[in-house]
Amino acid sequence: MVMTETPIIRIRDLNVHAPDNHILKNIHLDIPKNKITVLLGPSGCGKTTLLKSLNRLTDLYPELKIKGNIYIDDDDILHPERDVSQIRQKMGLLSQRPYPLPMSIFKNVAYGLKLKGITKKDEVERRVQEYLKKAALWDEVKDRLHSSAEQLSIGQQQRLCLARGLAVNPEVILADEPTSALDPVSTQMIEHQFQELKEEYTIVLVTHMLRQARRLADYVVFIYYGKIIEHGPVNEVLDNPKEELTKKYVSAGV
Amino acid sequence: MNRKSLEEQFFRRLTQLTTVLLFVVLTWIIATILYRGIPAMSWDMITKVPQGGFYFGKEGGVLNAIIGSFYLAGGATLCAIFVSLPVALFMNIHLVKYQSFLTRIRLLLDILWGVPAIVYGAFGFTLMLYFGLRASLLAGIITVAIMICPIMIRAMDEVLRTIPRGLMEASYSLGSTRTETAFKIYARKALPGLTTAVLLALGKGIGDAAAVLFTAGFTDYIPENLLQPTATLPLSIFFQLSSPIEAVRERAYAAAIILTVIILLFSLTGRGISTLYKKYSANGND
Repeated sequence: MVMTETPIIRIRDLNVHAPDNHILKNIHLDIPKNKITVLLGPSGCGKTTLLKSLNRLTDLYPELKIKGNIYIDDDDILHPERDVSQIRQKMGLLSQRPYPLPMSIFKNVAYGLKLKGITKKDEVERRVQEYLKKAALWDEVKDRLHSSAEQLSIGQQQRLCLARGLAVNPEVILADEPTSALDPVSTQMIEHQFQELKEEYTIVLVTHMLRQARRLADYVVFIYYGKIIEHGPVNEVLDNPKEELTKKYVSAGV
Repeated sequence: MNRKSLEEQFFRRLTQLTTVLLFVVLTWIIATILYRGIPAMSWDMITKVPQGGFYFGKEGGVLNAIIGSFYLAGGATLCAIFVSLPVALFMNIHLVKYQSFLTRIRLLLDILWGVPAIVYGAFGFTLMLYFGLRASLLAGIITVAIMICPIMIRAMDEVLRTIPRGLMEASYSLGSTRTETAFKIYARKALPGLTTAVLLALGKGIGDAAAVLFTAGFTDYIPENLLQPTATLPLSIFFQLSSPIEAVRERAYAAAIILTVIILLFSLTGRGISTLYKKYSANGND
């Protein structure tokens, strides 16, 4: 990717193998800081695997064999001796469905603060409020902070998961089709928050929805069966694709 | 009528019939215990230990067995929790990557679950001799704990297995370690189910006679320390039922009522605890 911004994540020669499938093939990619980079492609093309290797959630799947290097701030996170929890705290994850922790709304956000060693009561309260506001959830929950997070609507839960992720103070937000389970209003809220959050964070968003990519992306990476077909600024890739496959996908207008 | 609707009718009737049968049998058991036990029930039964002529139909009660059963089942359950909870969490957090290994562990535990109590009793007895213990509360607790561990682990395991992988990924993404994920997230998420698992094992422990026959012994007194033998309700019922004297046999049914009520109370307490924590576990959107 030709770009002037400093890349925060550099992926070099990344190959991921499953027993009968070469999931990611020679991925070479720079992800720029404080931008929204969209990983676009059809279902099952390896977008999610690529996203999950960025915070080593791929460790949970022993059948996956991973080769190559991923540098975040010049640290090779695939190095087996790196402290995984530390790597993961740099990367907030927003998954396809929200998984709130089995505790109150307040504690969901405070959980990450505690892991970071922030325990002073007034500071925890201040920060919980701050992150809930950043996730555009504060006004809806401020009167019931101590009720269970699982009673929230699914759209609210997803924003709570966003606030919870922000509380760990990550550099990057990894979002794996974060709106696929949500209604249009909640989707719009999440997308709006992303636009605001990119001032402070780098966002890597996986989606198969072309329109979402158009609305949000600064950069688009088009992936097809484990290969990067084309990548670049959003207007180049989506409006003026060079590769045949990209043209097809874009003209399908999903 | 065509074949499909006949089939439908047949299985409908079959399920109704088996449900009714089961209900009738259970009601029958409880009715029998109540019918024969209530006349023999007295305040003395639950407040006094057996007096001189108790086994000949004279005064006294089964307080020794009530307290003994509480000590034994309570102690064994507590010991079993300390083993089972970490094992079940370990299986579902650390071993989740090794599914084929896990399948084998589960099979092993299922087999252990099915081993008859008397075999655990015999095993406990050899252990006891090896360590030079006499029949005692301690030996009984150890034996029953060993017996109920597989039950508790598997029951907890089944609950923990239903937790979606996404919650684990969410927890790791926040930077929690595996230990934090296990005890702060998983144990909490599964709490109502874990309570049920503990109660299931407790019920098995308190109602079992064979495992404690050689290991806990029997006595008319309430044990004052771990090395003294102890009475238990199932054995107390057994000894009274084998008596040739009618009045003693009747009191066995009274003791059975006591045992049933204790188990009922445990279940209700467990339900209460689950409901209390339900607000943290109910997943309204699934």
